[in-house]
Amino acid sequence: MSEETAQLYQKRIQIYPRSVKGRFRNLKTGALILAYVIYYLLPWLRWDRPNAPDQAILYDLPGRHFYIFGLTIQVQDIFWLAGALIIFAILLFFVTGLAGRVWCGYFCFQTLWTDLFMMVEQWMQGERPARMRLDRGPWNREKIVKKGGTYGLWLLIAFWTGLTFTMYWVDAPTLVTDFILGRAPYPAYFTTFFLTATTFVMAGLAREQVCTYMCPYARFQSAMFDHDTLIVSYDKQRGESAQGRTKLGKGLKSREERQVAGVGDCIDCGYCVQVCPVGIDIRNGLQYQCISCALCIDACDTIMDNLKWPRGLIRYTSENALNGRQTRLLKPKTIGYGVILMAAIMILTWSILTRTSYTATIEQVRQPLYSQLTDGSIRNVYEIKLNNKLTAPITLRIGIEGSSSAILDMDGMEQITLEPQERVKVPARVQVAADPTGVSEHVRTITFVITLLEGATSEPIRREVPFSMPENGQ
Amino acid sequence: MNENMNEKQSAGAVQTTGHAWDGDLQEYNNPLPRWWLWCFYGTAVFSVLYWFIYPSWPVGQTWLKGFGSVSYTISDKATGKEKEQEYRWNTRSLLLEDLSDAANNTQRKEMMAKVRTADYDQILKDRKMMEFVRSVGKGLFGDNCAACHGRGGQGVAGMYPNLTDDDWLWGGGMNQIHQTLVEGRNGFMPAFGTVLKPEQMDDVAEYVLTLSGEARPGEASERGKEIFHGQVGGCYYCHGADAKGVQSQGAANLTDRIWTVVDLPALKTPQDKKTALKNLITTGVNNTRIMPAWKDRLSPTDVKLLAVYVRQLGGAK
Repeated sequence: MSEETAQLYQKRIQIYPRSVKGRFRNLKTGALILAYVIYYLLPWLRWDRPNAPDQAILYDLPGRHFYIFGLTIQVQDIFWLAGALIIFAILLFFVTGLAGRVWCGYFCFQTLWTDLFMMVEQWMQGERPARMRLDRGPWNREKIVKKGGTYGLWLLIAFWTGLTFTMYWVDAPTLVTDFILGRAPYPAYFTTFFLTATTFVMAGLAREQVCTYMCPYARFQSAMFDHDTLIVSYDKQRGESAQGRTKLGKGLKSREERQVAGVGDCIDCGYCVQVCPVGIDIRNGLQYQCISCALCIDACDTIMDNLKWPRGLIRYTSENALNGRQTRLLKPKTIGYGVILMAAIMILTWSILTRTSYTATIEQVRQPLYSQLTDGSIRNVYEIKLNNKLTAPITLRIGIEGSSSAILDMDGMEQITLEPQERVKVPARVQVAADPTGVSEHVRTITFVITLLEGATSEPIRREVPFSMPENGQ
Repeated sequence: MNENMNEKQSAGAVQTTGHAWDGDLQEYNNPLPRWWLWCFYGTAVFSVLYWFIYPSWPVGQTWLKGFGSVSYTISDKATGKEKEQEYRWNTRSLLLEDLSDAANNTQRKEMMAKVRTADYDQILKDRKMMEFVRSVGKGLFGDNCAACHGRGGQGVAGMYPNLTDDDWLWGGGMNQIHQTLVEGRNGFMPAFGTVLKPEQMDDVAEYVLTLSGEARPGEASERGKEIFHGQVGGCYYCHGADAKGVQSQGAANLTDRIWTVVDLPALKTPQDKKTALKNLITTGVNNTRIMPAWKDRLSPTDVKLLAVYVRQLGGAK
């Protein structure tokens, strides 16, 4: 089997990204700070909420309530979560079709945490050459201190990341105290340590491999690209010209000299390759590994600025624009995604804005369908389920319509006060009286009217339910 | 090192696995990361450990029990006493452990304790306790009562009383329902087959039918009335002078529309109704309408729960 020399399994090639300054680096840092301020501080934000937890964002699983600022989401409204996920998915498709992997480059948590971990790494171990030297060198005191310090800091960040995630599910100040004192529930420890481990491994060790090997989105997004999608591209025509890229050499110093010699603008400095966090060479064209972080644009722009040549040898552009054609942003695909996105957002907003303060379901007790009473009247029994969705008490009155001879008997619970977020089941008996000959009015349906008396304002809820009688009405 | 990788790529040479099948068939080499391979080996090793951690392998007549055990409290069905139990780790015992200290179970225990000490009036007035009674009572009723009275308490016409109407043979007060449950009931009506002559029987039946509006008063019913209220029939001893029954004896109210022994409303013709009624008067009721005593089978709390449950079914007077 001497022919099988190819390696079927690949050792990872360590990437040492060089730091870079520029527009996109600033944008990325801005997005990172914004995201981290929100993520790490949000669980600590309090929110005045009578009769309910005072944490602004709290996903209370045991209590089956999600608190998001002024919005309290109950189990039956969980489809809003599906709505939100649909909106995020369409937003992702919309943006990817328009501007490529914006999510990957600037907002994805894998990108953010990897970026942060790289910053720590650079702060502890120095710039790219220093890190490469350190890795090649023997395990001496300096290496142990620097590497250990990096890992220690990573671990701290990873731990706080995990603990912060857990804070979204329980009261944050209580959790921190309980966590330290060993009183926190087992799932809190599990979640925290699991996320500590994954953050450490994914952002510290695996890094770009998450995007290239694990992330499904990185692979299927190519289906959303077209010739008009904005991508980070190297302008091959300008960079290579007729004779290809060449370093700044004798007689090839200025742009004019190079153009005469048929040499492109790329001076082959390799800076764009060195800053790439996924270790590709953007000059080879669009590659699936590219997360569109645009750091190579910053790198190339820095060089061009130094040479006083025009920027944009590497830039955000579309395939059509590179080939001298017009970039069409208003395509049926973009419009289609845009319309669906707007529709989804409007439906979700409408659904949230028109939410009721309570729900009521009424079911007829079907065994027996009816009972005849001693005076010949016919009784049907219903089970009313009431659910107060508010964090304040409400008072409801239950009445019936539809028949003048029907009487509602609820053992005095026709007017009922529900505690905050209380759900109750109450029976309701409806009797249709018989006249002296024992014949009752023929009633087919009864309409329950549930009116909110106190606690909130809302239209009465009306529910028509069947009323069962023996066939001859007796 | 980056450059190395990039040179390979820029060289444009497509790597294959190196083997050619059928002369020219080759496979592109997209090498898996090595850590992936190690993860795979890791899962293989863990699967062996898992056999031992989680109960699985049969060994002779027994099987590997797995590591660890779970303790939880269960309540004994017969005595209602709670006891601590320890069982080997599996998802079922984990669930039982979870249930035994879950919020719902704690609430249930609290409510049960409240009901145990409360009296009937307190329970009937308390919305929370009533809700608890309805949910727990439904299960108790299904286990103990539904076999005769039906799942919803609707009974079987002519055989087992309907508990959802407002007619109570033995009384619908809480104490009476309690008594019915604890001691049981045995409905009795003497047979009049040998006492009354056929034509007297006819008249009495006619009279009883008029009481609830099933027949119009006439000569026959007038004669029947005399027998009913006189010494010959003596029906009023039990059914009362107003024929509205006497609950302490379980004697039926004959003036309402509810029939518990013969299913009169189901019979179509007046003749059928009369015949059914005459049959009843002839044979009486003897050891056919028995409600068993539950004092030895149900705990006092269960009786209490069931009594309230039954009462709210019918919304008793």
